[in-house]
Amino acid sequence: MSSEHEFDAGSTVGEDRPAGGGGAPERTLGQEVGSYVLGLALAVGLTAASFWVRGTDLVYGPGLAMALLVLAVAQMGIHLIFFLHITTDPDNANNVLALAFGVLIVCLIVFGSLWVMEHLNHNMVPMQELMRMQR
Amino acid sequence: MSSEALRAPDPYQLEPRPAGAHASPAVTGHGAGGPAPKRIVVGYGFWIFLLSDVIMFASFFAAYAVLFKNTAGGPTAEQLFDLHNTAVETACLLASTFTCGMASLAVGQRSQKWTQIFLLLTGLLGLAFITLEVREFLSLVHRGAGPSRSAFLSSFFTLVGCHGVHVSAGILWLGTMMAQFYAKGFRQDIRHRFLCFSLFWHALDIIWVGIFSLVYLVGTLPPELLP
Repeated sequence: MSSEHEFDAGSTVGEDRPAGGGGAPERTLGQEVGSYVLGLALAVGLTAASFWVRGTDLVYGPGLAMALLVLAVAQMGIHLIFFLHITTDPDNANNVLALAFGVLIVCLIVFGSLWVMEHLNHNMVPMQELMRMQR
Repeated sequence: MSSEALRAPDPYQLEPRPAGAHASPAVTGHGAGGPAPKRIVVGYGFWIFLLSDVIMFASFFAAYAVLFKNTAGGPTAEQLFDLHNTAVETACLLASTFTCGMASLAVGQRSQKWTQIFLLLTGLLGLAFITLEVREFLSLVHRGAGPSRSAFLSSFFTLVGCHGVHVSAGILWLGTMMAQFYAKGFRQDIRHRFLCFSLFWHALDIIWVGIFSLVYLVGTLPPELLP
């Protein structure tokens, strides 16, 4: 077993996987191409859905922003799996953990900023009144 | 199943093993099979860089979301953005991310011809994207909606412009990768550089998904529909 597995033997297909391939079964070129085509089809479908949802009046208006956010997150997931090859492979565990930490920081920055600034705006004297007081 | 197979050590066993038994290379991800292959270490290091880049973009997204309504009496996103242009830009970038994936399969097959063809396609689609974006920026500035007009436009140009700068840098990097494959062949270190490039290019498309969804599609919703 150890003789057939040299370090950095790597898979001959799918060079751009950040990790994985080590213990994973070899995939043929056709399967690799098929995986990219499937990823592309899903990404195109979600993109088209985003633009369609934006233009239609079938979706409840105030829910549009949330629908677009959900479609965006779904498409990011598709890109991570099919193009960046973030998988559950043991070799990929470190990448997944780093990604989880990155997502945590991104959520803290974006939602934290929105939350804090919303409260700040709420508690601040409106600009028109401020102008009037200065006169 | 033979009794010998039953006695074979479990490669994922967590307890300490007898001396010499921890050299099984099948368990590199668990830190027990010796050093990970260089390809995996390189990919991991570059992945950490990409995540830090994504965090920088998250700060710009947060700034845009906070400043979105501060138009200082100037034009709003709804009045400015042309969604047809955004759709074409999105199509270019999505197609280029696919051709980049095809190029990496061609590298795996050691095919110089297909590698160069797919990398050239990737670069051309990236150039088309940049051209459309620069044209949009120029038209905005021409209409008096430059970055100095309002806080909203400052944050818009910073966020989308920063992504554009990344794509431009990616196109330069792509050119050097084509030259390196052409001049030096499929050497291992060149393939590692290309691995980093393809990760970079795919990550840029993920950022763009956030930009076209939130900046363009949500941003141009009529004000009464915004959260």
